[in-house]
Amino acid sequence: MLIAQIRPALVLLILFSLVTGLIYPLAITGVAQAAFPVQANGSLVSRDGAIVGSELIGQSFVGDGYFHPRPSAVGYDAAGSGGTNLGATSATLAEVIAARVSALSDGEAVPADAATASGSGLDPHISPAFAQVQVGRVAQARGLEAGQLAGLVARHAQQPLFGIFGEPRVNVLELNLALDDLEADSN
Amino acid sequence: MTNTNWQSYGGETTMSHLSQMLGLTVQNFVSAASGIAIAVAVSRAFARSGVDRIGNFWIDLTRATLYVLLPLAIVVALAFAALGLPQTLTGSVSATTLEGANQTIAMGPMASQEAIKQLGTNGGGFMNVNAAHPFENPSAFSNYLAIFSMLSISATVVYTFGQIAGRRRQAWALLSAMTILLVIGIGAIYWAETAGNPIHVAAGLDPALGNMEGKEVRFGQAMTALYAAVTTGLSNGGVNAMHSSLTPLGGLVPLFLIQLGEVLPGGVGSGLYGLVVFAILTVFVAGLMVGRTPEFLGKKIEAREMKLAMLAVLILPLAILGFSAVAAVIPAGLAGPTNAGPHGLTEILYAYSSAAGNNGSAFAGLSANSPWYNTTLGLAMLAGRFAYIVPVLAIAGSLARKAKVPPSSGTFPTDGPLFVGLLVGIILILGGLQFFPALALGPILEHVLMLAGQTF
Repeated sequence: MLIAQIRPALVLLILFSLVTGLIYPLAITGVAQAAFPVQANGSLVSRDGAIVGSELIGQSFVGDGYFHPRPSAVGYDAAGSGGTNLGATSATLAEVIAARVSALSDGEAVPADAATASGSGLDPHISPAFAQVQVGRVAQARGLEAGQLAGLVARHAQQPLFGIFGEPRVNVLELNLALDDLEADSN
Repeated sequence: MTNTNWQSYGGETTMSHLSQMLGLTVQNFVSAASGIAIAVAVSRAFARSGVDRIGNFWIDLTRATLYVLLPLAIVVALAFAALGLPQTLTGSVSATTLEGANQTIAMGPMASQEAIKQLGTNGGGFMNVNAAHPFENPSAFSNYLAIFSMLSISATVVYTFGQIAGRRRQAWALLSAMTILLVIGIGAIYWAETAGNPIHVAAGLDPALGNMEGKEVRFGQAMTALYAAVTTGLSNGGVNAMHSSLTPLGGLVPLFLIQLGEVLPGGVGSGLYGLVVFAILTVFVAGLMVGRTPEFLGKKIEAREMKLAMLAVLILPLAILGFSAVAAVIPAGLAGPTNAGPHGLTEILYAYSSAAGNNGSAFAGLSANSPWYNTTLGLAMLAGRFAYIVPVLAIAGSLARKAKVPPSSGTFPTDGPLFVGLLVGIILILGGLQFFPALALGPILEHVLMLAGQTF
């Protein structure tokens, strides 16, 4: 009786391990690499032949001449994602937010994504409002006109598809690459 | 519960990807297939009468894997890959950022694992932060596809139940009750999160975007609320935002949905038998009101089934509240929470709820990697899984032996709006009354303190 139960269990374990553990993921890998090579390899972005990051993965920007991403609990470590996990009544969180707000503005309220850490610590996007907050700083650092930069931000703002799928957002890496191109063109 | 401390598999070698595929992916398929097999067994118990057998588990397991899960997984995995989930055997890629810093970007065969993780409502992520990670969930579309995949089997198993038991209208009634509760849950999270956090507004945040701590810009409040409710209503346990950073009431909803037993519509299979237990309780309460022997789908529900159903329902509060109460007073338990004040209690409650309900999502603020938490969370997980399945299968066996009674004028119809309303009430009252005192001391108290501007 016991052996009658164990035998099919073992046979099925081996069969399923082969089919679902090897054939399935390897076949999907083969088809995905052939059909969607860019996405299957991490949506990498290159400039002058060098990989500068992934379109989907946020990266750190600290210089005044670039648009900054959201605060990150893991410093944009793309091999170790994470959030703060701080709760709504955390004193630490309230202090950190107040400090970030005062670094960004002189008493005006800032967009919520500008002073809060994302869940993944790798959020590639910021809200269009947060990008506009940074226009003045970037324009000054690069010696560009604020109006020209505001237009650049508006052109790179992605709207929700059909108005409902997603949120308005700006991809920081894409925007900063466009910023570098803008300067290269004007030189 | 391991996913409280799950590390990213970043930087791992191809060999580790192999163990990931052979270990986790196979496990994902087989546990989902077992859920389907048990749900089908329960369904047959209602369809058959006067028998002592309800099918062959191995045949059901094989059919569920090869004919249902595998074809769906192939389609969903390819769709995920098209939407941007990496599917490669490369461990990581090194990039030089625009400012010249080095960034190591971890990836792997993610689309194939994500597909079965969602279809089987397993929820274990490839990356540390699960579906909040831009590679696991790169866009609004992948978010919808993930939710669709989660629902596609666990909700249709209910329909299968109706089909096998020959009562399709019954399946629609059960699905309606699930949908009503799930929609209320989604709405409540959305309301709480868009309302935001007055403490943070006082610190200088514009309230327009709501509470963004622990959330991704591409999801915003709407898709975060949708995912948080569905992942806990379905026993999936993946997250696309950090639940610990939700507002107190926004965090209460996922916690409560787990505590209800994850029947909305629950994990693959497990949700169905949880709901059948609640349905049996509902006909019993209705029977008490009119003083008639309760019947469900033509089978008389008698003392033996009622005792077993109550046993099943009492196991969750016993495991959740029992362990939480001890953890909230002993030093080994108090060492766990990151956050002070009522949020700390919520972290403990969430951990045991998630373990006992086999959800796997976490208020990840809790450092669960200590001997106390590892042991007790493991025990809660075993109790929630096996101590729950045994009485349910005993009910199924007992019902299968019974003869069907033809419906009479005194039979309470269990496929109409009245039954749906009663069922929703029974689920809410049973869940609410058992857990309300603990919830009042955790998230509800924290909400009141948040409005008063109190921090810890």
